[in-house]
Amino acid sequence: MSGAARTTARLLQDRAFLLLCLAFTSLSVLALCILLTSIAVQGWSGLFDAEAVQAVFTEGQLSRVKDLVRWSFFSEFASRRPANAGIHAPLVGSVWVCAACMLFSLPMGVGTALYLEEFAAKSRLTRFIDLNVRNLAGVPSIVYGIIGLTAFSRMFGLIGGPDREPIRIGPEGSAFSLTLPFGQSVLSGGLTLMLVILPVIIISTQEALRAVPKGLRQSSLALGATLWQTTWRVSLPSALPGILTGSILALSRAIGEAAPLLVLGIPVFIASTPEGPMSPFTVLPFQIFNWAGRPQPAFHQLAASAIIVLLLVLLSFNTLAIYLRHRLQSRTS
Amino acid sequence: MQRAIKTCILTLCAALALAAAPRGDGDLSKLKGEIKIDGSSTVYPLSEAITEDFSKQARGVRATVGVSGTGGGFKRFCRGEIDACNASRPITKAEREACEKASIEFIELPIAFDGLCIAVHPKNDWVKSLTVEQIRRIYGAKESARRWKDLDPSWPDRPIKVYSPGTDSGTFDYFREVTVGKDGTIRPDMSVSEDDNVLVKGVEGDIDAIGYFGLTYYKENSGLLRAIAIDGGKGPVAPSDATILDGTYTPFSRPLFIYVSKKAAARAEVAGFVGFAIEHAAELAAEIGYTPLPASTGSTVARNWSARKTGTQFLDPAGERVTGRLAEIYN
Repeated sequence: MSGAARTTARLLQDRAFLLLCLAFTSLSVLALCILLTSIAVQGWSGLFDAEAVQAVFTEGQLSRVKDLVRWSFFSEFASRRPANAGIHAPLVGSVWVCAACMLFSLPMGVGTALYLEEFAAKSRLTRFIDLNVRNLAGVPSIVYGIIGLTAFSRMFGLIGGPDREPIRIGPEGSAFSLTLPFGQSVLSGGLTLMLVILPVIIISTQEALRAVPKGLRQSSLALGATLWQTTWRVSLPSALPGILTGSILALSRAIGEAAPLLVLGIPVFIASTPEGPMSPFTVLPFQIFNWAGRPQPAFHQLAASAIIVLLLVLLSFNTLAIYLRHRLQSRTS
Repeated sequence: MQRAIKTCILTLCAALALAAAPRGDGDLSKLKGEIKIDGSSTVYPLSEAITEDFSKQARGVRATVGVSGTGGGFKRFCRGEIDACNASRPITKAEREACEKASIEFIELPIAFDGLCIAVHPKNDWVKSLTVEQIRRIYGAKESARRWKDLDPSWPDRPIKVYSPGTDSGTFDYFREVTVGKDGTIRPDMSVSEDDNVLVKGVEGDIDAIGYFGLTYYKENSGLLRAIAIDGGKGPVAPSDATILDGTYTPFSRPLFIYVSKKAAARAEVAGFVGFAIEHAAELAAEIGYTPLPASTGSTVARNWSARKTGTQFLDPAGERVTGRLAEIYN
């Protein structure tokens, strides 16, 4: 084979590879587009008032702009009549359970990563912990649901149960009293989701800490700062963009989780919103799953509308993550 | 003068409030507390409707309904975690034993009928009706009918594509019991889905398919599917509210239940809820697409509830399942 022919063959190969990669990319984008379009087509009527849309966009009645969105979809509880049904309880429930989840998982996750990266000596034990954390990140979330059910909901059957009264701590009837075991409350849901996202937070925090230049740390230590001062004033602030991005992405995983909460036995129908950590709750993915399985097409449309809301929540989380990373990075560098 | 007007207005308001107060349901607005219900996803739409209306009147009560499935619901019920369990089949021997062990007594209350619809593709023009025996031959693991020709030589020589709800559902349990019997095995090579809509999609897209699911799913897709009349020995009977109610659509109609813990029933909010449920079950069942119980069974249910009659009537003392029509078993 001559040199020129070889070159042509190599260039052809190059081109074929490019086309293959392009095909794969467009295939996944296409699948996403089909999914999003079908959801948008099905779900938009649940979110927007068709009559108001017509009035504003074809007849130019700007006074009706506030009627464009069907606010009742956000303020009503679930109903057997699709026209009256809304996502108030699952939307507020998702916010509560994610807040509870973050309250526990952020300090624990960041703390664990700081210990492993900054304080602990590299021993066989820390390597073992490290390996396990990485392993746990790949465990299916339903397994964490089983742990949550045993540990938080039922507390290993040690407290409460069929013939024993649960233990109440704190003022009777107050929103902030605790009941043991935690049952199907916001608290046990939040703790279970914490188990799901803890490995993700630990790993992303570790990565962020590793990306902090060694020189920064060493110069701080060389100036006589203690390990605590170095961590608090040097390592942590420079790793903050990475930590926040990782945590927000972990949170968006938590808000979309249904399997572990299903195992806990979280209800679907509830005509109230949580008042405290011991209140019962439901979440958006649950309501979506339930509506999608109903026989009437009107409920499938509601499911699509709720999916759009969930996607918008996720999108806003991701936007926040990008914004924070960008802002904090430009400040520290 | 001003005072007189004020009194007048106040009296008027009081009168209006009295007129607007719910009648016949007792005073639900004074109830307080929490009611936990879990169980069958088939019963869920009815339970949701009852709880929706109940919550509007009993604003102080926080009632929640879960969908852990009939089996999952009974597990929680017999641990004392929930006050009532929705069930799409009667309690089993093992579940009754679990409840006895935890000393949980229960009140068994049928609330509606649900029909199972056996459906084929609308262009399937060979099957007009099937006998229970033929259905057993299609779905049984040890049976012979794998091609349509096996059931009738004049039918096409093509494989039967079989669809079924998931093996964890009460619907599957019920179907298995009436076709192959509780010790029999359903064939493993089926397309299975927990979502009945997927089964509907499967059957409507394949001329050789057969599937079974709740009658409400057929009612919503009646143009895309064809329901098979069932020959239980007295000629083919098509599924409908009328044939389910008069008991001729057999054996594929089943009662749906609420099992209420006797201990929980002593609480005013649970008693209020169950009373409300029994009173409104018929109208709400019809609205949801289920078949209401006949009036005579409805009054038996109300009587058993007010007497707080515990235990199941669907298992004999030895733990064997009692079979037959609801009206004959339940009293």
